[in-house]
Amino acid sequence: MHRMRRPVVKVFLAFLFALIVGGSVVGGSRVMAQTTAPVVGSDTGRIAVLEKQNADNVAAIAAAQTAGDNAWMLVSAALVLMMSGPGLALFYGGLVRQKNILGTMMQTFAMMAVITVLWALVTYSLAFGEGNAFIGGLHNVFLHGVGLAPDVKYAATIPLQTFMVYQLMFAIITPALITGAFAERMKFSAMLVFMILWALFVYSPMAHMVWGKGGLLNASLGGRFPTLDFAGGTVVHVTSGVSALVTALYLGKRLGYPKVPMPPHSVVLSFIGACLLWVGWFGFNAGSALGSGTLATSAFVATHFGAAAAALTWSAAEWIRQGKPSALGAISGAVAGLVAITPAAGFVTPMSALWIGGIAGVFCYFMVVKVKAIFGYDDSLDAFGVHGAGGTMGAILTGIFANSAINPIFGAGKATGLLEGNGHQVLNQLIGVAIAWSLSIVGTLIILFIVDKLIGLRVSVEEEREGLDISQHGEEGYDWAH
Amino acid sequence: MQKIEAVIQPSKLDAVKDALVEVGVEGMTITEARGHGRQKGHTEFYRGREYSVDLLPKVKLELVVSDAMLEKAILAITSAARTGTIGDGKIFISKIDEAIRIRNDERGEIAL
Repeated sequence: MHRMRRPVVKVFLAFLFALIVGGSVVGGSRVMAQTTAPVVGSDTGRIAVLEKQNADNVAAIAAAQTAGDNAWMLVSAALVLMMSGPGLALFYGGLVRQKNILGTMMQTFAMMAVITVLWALVTYSLAFGEGNAFIGGLHNVFLHGVGLAPDVKYAATIPLQTFMVYQLMFAIITPALITGAFAERMKFSAMLVFMILWALFVYSPMAHMVWGKGGLLNASLGGRFPTLDFAGGTVVHVTSGVSALVTALYLGKRLGYPKVPMPPHSVVLSFIGACLLWVGWFGFNAGSALGSGTLATSAFVATHFGAAAAALTWSAAEWIRQGKPSALGAISGAVAGLVAITPAAGFVTPMSALWIGGIAGVFCYFMVVKVKAIFGYDDSLDAFGVHGAGGTMGAILTGIFANSAINPIFGAGKATGLLEGNGHQVLNQLIGVAIAWSLSIVGTLIILFIVDKLIGLRVSVEEEREGLDISQHGEEGYDWAH
Repeated sequence: MQKIEAVIQPSKLDAVKDALVEVGVEGMTITEARGHGRQKGHTEFYRGREYSVDLLPKVKLELVVSDAMLEKAILAITSAARTGTIGDGKIFISKIDEAIRIRNDERGEIAL
């Protein structure tokens, strides 16, 4: 009880201080004299009291801001976890055949457990610890030095552990996104080994380069090529999407693809999943403001507008080409818009967000429907077509639409994006995208090769026919006999 | 005794069931089925991929009736299930040699 009251007292003191300062500007010293209650004999004594009050008030204001920012960041972290399970698990689960639903959901759920433990042991340190331009060092292994005091370089008003657990949720969903490309045919054991290596050697360096202290692409902490990536267009979506394409090509097609029809077994589940993703994405993007101030609002609004515009344009493209706007098309469009706005949210105006989302809806529709058919790869649930393509496009459009009025990241009044006159930023975005593509292709290929040689990647033909639920987990998602 | 097997549109099940009960049919077995006759199927699109669905959802009714009841039951089914368009379904009739009530070993029409 006592502990709970203290912040309230501090907020009250902060309010009192604001009244004093505000009042002294308006009413001059008269108000000051009235409100400084303690009557002290000498002037020195009065000054000492005032100084003490002032120090208390500054501390109270800082505590109040920490309380507000931390509340939003903890909620955001939970929202991002909700994007993995149940969001992505349902979205992907509905898209596979019913014999594979639990296998597909388990792939995402396993990330929630495995990546968390790995993060505590080593990957947080590799991503966000002090290191070189490419990867963090080992100073923070076992979360050594990751306490409740803020790290001012990352987020001055929230405990470092809040920052750490928030970033963890991104590290979880990123590999989970890849599972859409190898759906219905990868061994669970091979998937676990692959993902652990991928988190170590692809995600951690990429996160460090873009967001880590001294990272090569870090825009706010003095990177060599400042790449604007507010919430993970390159770190999350380009890496996962491109790695997805590589795994789809390496593993080969599912048995019978594309002759045997493999329609989604439940668009209803996918629909629920996509809507959870949309809501969770507010934590993903607006949370990336790392506080609850105006920047979070900008990112929140841009996120929502991007999703809505893309849902409309994907549906419109489908309506024109196939005669009907499908539910699956509408939700796929929304996800594509959310992907594309991820690097841009927190840098762009609401109108720019509409543009980015609108372009993403048509572009990803084209990638999923036309380009995949032309090349014939079996990116089963379109992890590349949506995340790889949408993330790449969004990262480049961020360099075009970024606006210093929303986020003066390069200093007050300095142009941010191309439309503002900073054409060089598009080049930096392209460098960031190129590094993300290269790291994903090379890293994923090497990891796949190693895991393939060690334990084999694919389930046997009989196991694939039987489905992952029974062959990998010994259970069934739907038991019609009882 | 005759067995009636009728494959009908799922949306007509309630109407057919009511019509059969009205003419005095005591019991029936219903199965959710998939199939097609001349109606063939339709196409569905998932992310631009076209899937031709040629086995459509249907409902199959099975009931065994006395010879005297047969024509009344057939009329009940056809009048209740008919829309006049392709895909309304089919009725098949076959002879039944014996019916046995498991509860008390009654045999013949009394077991129906």
